[in-house]
Amino acid sequence: MENSVEDLSDQKQQAAACFKAFLLKNSTKTNLNLYDHMVRVLTRVMDERLENAVDVIEDLSLEVKRSMLQEKQSTLRDTPSTTSSELLAEQQRVLFNHVDEGEHEEMETPLPNVAELTFFLEQTGVGLGREEMQRILLALKQLVDIQPLQRCRFWGKILGIEGNYIVAEVEFRDGEEEEEVEGAEEVQEDKEKEEQAQEEEELDPVPKSSYKPPAPVPKEPRRSGTNKFTYFVCREPGLPWVRLPDVTPAEITIARQIRKLFTGRLDAPIVSYPPFPGNEANYLRAQIARISAGTQVSPLGFYQFREEEGEEEEEGARDSVEENLDFESISVHAMVESLSAWVHHIQHILMQGRCVWVNLAEKTENLLDDDAEEEEKEEEPDEPEPEVGPPLLTPLSEDAEVNNTPPWSTRISSNLISQYAIAFVRSNLWPGAYAYVCGKKFENIYIGWGLKYLGEGFTPALPPPPQPEYPSGPEITEALDPSLQEEEALKEAQEEQQAALEDNDAMDGEEEEEEEEEEEN
Amino acid sequence: MDSSTLLYSLDLVSGNGLTLSSEQRAALHTSLIILKRNYKFHRVLFWGKIMGIKNDYFIAQGVGEDEMKDRKCLYSFNCMDWHLLPHATEALIAEVDVAAKGRFIGDPAYTYEHTEIRHRGEGDDAVEEEVMVKVSEERRLAVTVFTIDKEVAVVPRGAYIKSPHGTVQTNRSFEGLNPTEAAKLNNYLHFTNPKNLKKKSILEMADLNPSIDFLDPLSDDIPKGSWSLQFEHGSRVCVIRSLLWFGLTFFHVPETSQYGYVYMGDGLKNLDLPFMM
Repeated sequence: MENSVEDLSDQKQQAAACFKAFLLKNSTKTNLNLYDHMVRVLTRVMDERLENAVDVIEDLSLEVKRSMLQEKQSTLRDTPSTTSSELLAEQQRVLFNHVDEGEHEEMETPLPNVAELTFFLEQTGVGLGREEMQRILLALKQLVDIQPLQRCRFWGKILGIEGNYIVAEVEFRDGEEEEEVEGAEEVQEDKEKEEQAQEEEELDPVPKSSYKPPAPVPKEPRRSGTNKFTYFVCREPGLPWVRLPDVTPAEITIARQIRKLFTGRLDAPIVSYPPFPGNEANYLRAQIARISAGTQVSPLGFYQFREEEGEEEEEGARDSVEENLDFESISVHAMVESLSAWVHHIQHILMQGRCVWVNLAEKTENLLDDDAEEEEKEEEPDEPEPEVGPPLLTPLSEDAEVNNTPPWSTRISSNLISQYAIAFVRSNLWPGAYAYVCGKKFENIYIGWGLKYLGEGFTPALPPPPQPEYPSGPEITEALDPSLQEEEALKEAQEEQQAALEDNDAMDGEEEEEEEEEEEN
Repeated sequence: MDSSTLLYSLDLVSGNGLTLSSEQRAALHTSLIILKRNYKFHRVLFWGKIMGIKNDYFIAQGVGEDEMKDRKCLYSFNCMDWHLLPHATEALIAEVDVAAKGRFIGDPAYTYEHTEIRHRGEGDDAVEEEVMVKVSEERRLAVTVFTIDKEVAVVPRGAYIKSPHGTVQTNRSFEGLNPTEAAKLNNYLHFTNPKNLKKKSILEMADLNPSIDFLDPLSDDIPKGSWSLQFEHGSRVCVIRSLLWFGLTFFHVPETSQYGYVYMGDGLKNLDLPFMM
């Protein structure tokens, strides 16, 4: 019996040894064997004590195999490739450099308190994240350091397909502005002149169109109307700030008719109908002007009209406001309850594309005058002339509805602790525009795609109707060829006439001879 | 996005300007745990916020065994009291499409009405019949959430696996896309029942892994360019925004298993997209 038991255990051991030998057999392809592999995998499981190890055993095994294949020694040296995040980090590092200013100037800095803005915005559920806002603050500091600014504000952010724009609204100190844009216009004019000259040189000129485009609406000067502020944009905090060109009325009018997303490249062309005059930088500036005019609001009484001593301005043309030093804060509940506690403090942009209406008819000829009037009639049938928008400091409650959507929604930041809550409004016309008020502080911000809410599907502008064909008259219609009979009839008639004339001549030839001679002469 | 990492992930998707206030975050942390227990969910996701004119809807999703099919949506106004949304059936979707227009109001009982004149019969027997379609805002909300999930829910490739039993589960060994992969749209998939997958040629199917590639990639979407892929937060985080549904933001931190999407917007589809590109 003992023998047989020993035999059996021998047999078992032998079988086990055989199987182990089989497991130890190296693969012909990879020169690995299963036994060692299992050992490694199980060692790893023992080391790491994974939860539910059986579920991920395949992945573990794969990982172990992969780690075997890593080349540990290579004669090739690693060439570190710079990733975009490294490049950006390098550029952003400048922001964090501490510049030791020798003397502590107590000069008032135009730098806005973005940290405070972040704090209040976060309560209203708006914000870019604290870290990002901190970077923006540093970037604004950089802007303030390099430009002679009197006022600077974080306007907001506009999202694009490939990149986003961080927008700063600034005002230069008096007399320290650089004039950049003028040069560009002159170049354009020169080009036009050249083209004209070329046309004149041609011997046989092509017939010219008699169409004269309506005279362009003149641009508003710096520091007034739509060009009251200057705007700087940058793609990421730390990247250079780019100044946006001033906006023209034509750009605003076209921007109202098109609906395009921003790409994130300032020099990208705007492919649209009607054609937009300029590239994305101009479009961005036009949208900023429209958004500012529509959504910059402040609590009632914070601003008052500026009282100028030299009474030069006319009635209704009051276009500037100043801070009311005696402003007393309105209670949060009053701000939430009624929209009339909020007022616009940026001028409304008229249909003309300007804040202050300009009479084009005065400058141009009578012919153009008609056109201009017609256009105005189309735009505003009730008030053809002059265009008047709502005055400054108009309460929000008077804003027009769009497709039964009220233009503003008011909210309170917290219903649980309403004594410390702040009031805010959200624009429904420009999704992304917010304004909050807390005591005497208020701020506006826009973070969005830069597109207006239409309420219905967008209908692109149609091309103008084709030019009518010229009226068809006898001078341009083709006559039918006369038939043989007609020709003969005509011939006979002419012969008869001739004969009759000859008869007459014979009758009173002598009398009229002198007269005829005179006529011939 | 997963409610347990909400605090961290919200900052990453707030690039489009919308986030949650501290009060709302705190409330969500408390209420979503209770929600998970009460409804016996495996996982609770914070889905997003739909902004109405009078009130905002906060939306959470509870996930059961199957990550794709066992999903329930709930809404709340104050981030504390949650109400279950009805299931979006085909008939309901059709009704909402016809009746609901414009912005959300913020009142679940509000009814959208739409009258339609239908002609019945032919010739002299033609009868004009007025058909009134009524849809409550609660149902519209359910349909909107369902549609957004169907059209623009995004997951990175490899984050979910389909087991041989057909259930979809999170992939435990997903370690994130590498930065090069993360910059390509074809490594992101629609988290919904695939539509185009079967139409692919054998050549294209060859390097697909059936347990991972059971979803449609974003790169096949029509029109091309309905997504905006960017690297934000110092080029560390891959952020994808849908241009079809403004407000949907997806984030993925390359080489980590962190990903998620959130919708914060007005719940309107951008039908003007063809004019805007």
